[in-house]
Amino acid sequence: MTKESGIVATLMKSWGLAIALVAIGVALSFAHPGFLTVPNLLNVARQISINGILAVGVTLVLLTGGVDLSLGSVVALAGVVAAGMAHPGQYPVAVPIALGVAAGALCGATNGLMVTCGRVPSFIATLGMMTAARGLALVVSKGRPVSNLSPEFTRLGGDVGMVPIPAMVLVGIALVTFVVLSKLRLGRYLYAVGGNAEAARASGINVGAIQMFAYTACGALAGVAGVVLAARITTGQPNAGVGYELDAIAAVVIGGTSLSGGVGTVGGTILGALLVGVINNGLDLMNVSSYYQAIVKGVIIVGAVWLDRNRGKS
Amino acid sequence: MLPNPLLQLRNVSKSFAGVKALEEVRLDVEAGRVHALMGENGAGKSTLMKILGGLHQPDAGEIRFKGRRIHHRSPHDALRLGIAMIHQELLPFRDLSVAANIGMGREATRWFPGWLDHGAMNREATTLLSRLGVPIEPTRRMRELGVAEMQTVEIVKALAHEASVIIMDEPTTALSEREVAALFDVIRELKQRGVAVIYISHKMDEIFRIADTITVMRDGHHVATRPAAELAERELIRLMVGRDPAQRAAVPGNPGAPVLEVRGLTLPGRFHDVSFTLRRGEILGVGGLMGAGRTEVANALYGLAPATVGEIRVAGKTVRIASPADALKAGIALVTEDRKRFGLVPRMSVQQNLSLASMRTRWIDRRAEAAVADDQIRKFSIKAAGRDQPVVNLSGGNQQKVVIAKALLTEPEILILDEPTRGIDVGAKAEIHSLISRLARTGKAILVISSELPELLSLSDRLLVMREGEVTAELDPLHTSQEEIMSFAMPL
Repeated sequence: MTKESGIVATLMKSWGLAIALVAIGVALSFAHPGFLTVPNLLNVARQISINGILAVGVTLVLLTGGVDLSLGSVVALAGVVAAGMAHPGQYPVAVPIALGVAAGALCGATNGLMVTCGRVPSFIATLGMMTAARGLALVVSKGRPVSNLSPEFTRLGGDVGMVPIPAMVLVGIALVTFVVLSKLRLGRYLYAVGGNAEAARASGINVGAIQMFAYTACGALAGVAGVVLAARITTGQPNAGVGYELDAIAAVVIGGTSLSGGVGTVGGTILGALLVGVINNGLDLMNVSSYYQAIVKGVIIVGAVWLDRNRGKS
Repeated sequence: MLPNPLLQLRNVSKSFAGVKALEEVRLDVEAGRVHALMGENGAGKSTLMKILGGLHQPDAGEIRFKGRRIHHRSPHDALRLGIAMIHQELLPFRDLSVAANIGMGREATRWFPGWLDHGAMNREATTLLSRLGVPIEPTRRMRELGVAEMQTVEIVKALAHEASVIIMDEPTTALSEREVAALFDVIRELKQRGVAVIYISHKMDEIFRIADTITVMRDGHHVATRPAAELAERELIRLMVGRDPAQRAAVPGNPGAPVLEVRGLTLPGRFHDVSFTLRRGEILGVGGLMGAGRTEVANALYGLAPATVGEIRVAGKTVRIASPADALKAGIALVTEDRKRFGLVPRMSVQQNLSLASMRTRWIDRRAEAAVADDQIRKFSIKAAGRDQPVVNLSGGNQQKVVIAKALLTEPEILILDEPTRGIDVGAKAEIHSLISRLARTGKAILVISSELPELLSLSDRLLVMREGEVTAELDPLHTSQEEIMSFAMPL
């Protein structure tokens, strides 16, 4: 390999996704005049925020070498729990928010317990939670959407000035997670557990506690996503969020996180979520049917990982 | 030396990933003689035999067989030429008959190709077996035979291929004394028939019983070839180790107060009633065969697989060790035998692996961490592209140095090293030996488990030998021998 192509390869490796994102953005701005406008870009931010929050959460679990399939159901459960407390004049707005997040965290902690103490593979444990949390959401809401929410609560789904609050929540969560992963010992331990759990244990790391943290934090973030979603659609929908976990996992793997654990970054996850969001937005603008959009999304997921793999080889 | 040896190796060299395993090795093997190949683990014996057996190709040098230069590229080629190898671990077809095993690859057929002629194969097997004076029924299944009988069948199989050179790699490790005697009878019979036997073993008494010629290798080099009758045992060890056996790498330390006291440690099925004391500044060696329970004791002391019974005292205080975290807290660190499994996070950088067991603050001080990493890389001369290189890309020896440095960064009072030099090149090995001695001199208490007896003898202040989960002897390395150690290590 020549020096020059070495530099290109290094650039592609660390910035490939960002470069792809910019390239697609430039292409779209030529293809449609409406793309590169402030309102549209803010719209993209609003559209990706729920998926982004879930993706950041599930990044933590994927880093430890696990997976969380229960996210979509937990979103619904947190949404109906929060909505149930958010009728006008009932409680201060902090109460439904806190309870929604707590419901998510509880589901996550249960996942964590099943994986660590129960030694159930995360795929199975969270598959069970996916079904159970959906059922619980239907029980809590008696199978009906929970509406008539206070304006203080639904404001969470709105804007401050022109900036969508869900997007601000996502940015905040991403920044905190970035700090945890890159500056805290806890973050290093997450990578170590995913990279080689036995070596992590032999290094004196409490592997179970680290996994508990990952699942609980992931569940709590799903709770946040559920609260934000309920606020945005002004209802607690027990049937909301179906398939969200797979969209989130897709964003994470597009962002370069390894499904086998130990490798990945929050920045990559955000870029992955943005890439999917921008392409969806572009196809929307160009009036491409959602049927075709689904096909495109499938191709991106496999294509991104395929590119990543083959980049790694050379 | 006879003018025309059957097999001649000249200036054979071989490197693996830049590490020289063999350098300009020569060897002359004569027909009808037993040529013993001696050397420490890692001396290059196995590599040399694998080249002869066709598993590896030499980088340089030539091999002449019956006067002709040969370039065999596979074990099959070697066998066709007449060079057969009896492996340490036998791989028979257990559910086939003895005759079928002997005839494997050159089956007798009749009527049309592919139709096996069992009668002919049985007759051939009977002839060959009786010629060696071995009473084994050719129709018996392999799995009904003992290890010694299987080995004999393996040798007969080599003869069936008209092998004129038979390589035996540690053939007696699993044999009883009576079976060894029977094997030696077979070897003498082979000599009579003009077969050259290359015999690899660590057991001195066997070598002097059976070998005509002894070649010693060390660090990939040919050191000496002598007639066995003219070589004394002490001289042989000196040639193998490269220094007088009495002259030890470690200056006998001045062991201080007991740091680690182990009493009656037991993990059912693994080890039983293990007791010993380890003092400050002392290197305690633990010898024994694989599976003797040494690694299990180390793992129990470090909390990887805790013992169920017994007491562990550190600096006089009883400690409960249920996990590696407990062990580290008590000042015990382990350099594991299985560094891929327990030692390293492969895709993490050198820096991150080094600090993993010794991160004392909630926030990471990257600058300090980098400085520590650079310091360790220099101190241990770890050959890496830099502190950010993933450890998976380092050589085995350098990975091992990372594992040792990582353990030492936890600032342990007690360091357990399980096979610290297994699978690493000779240069790195010497560095690790001197490092261990230095550590002891600074007052660390060190427990070294090793399967290489010369390493144990030269490194330890005191030696424990384990057999089948129990400590069978405590020996003084200055007044013992490999034979004595082995006598306590071999299953009865």
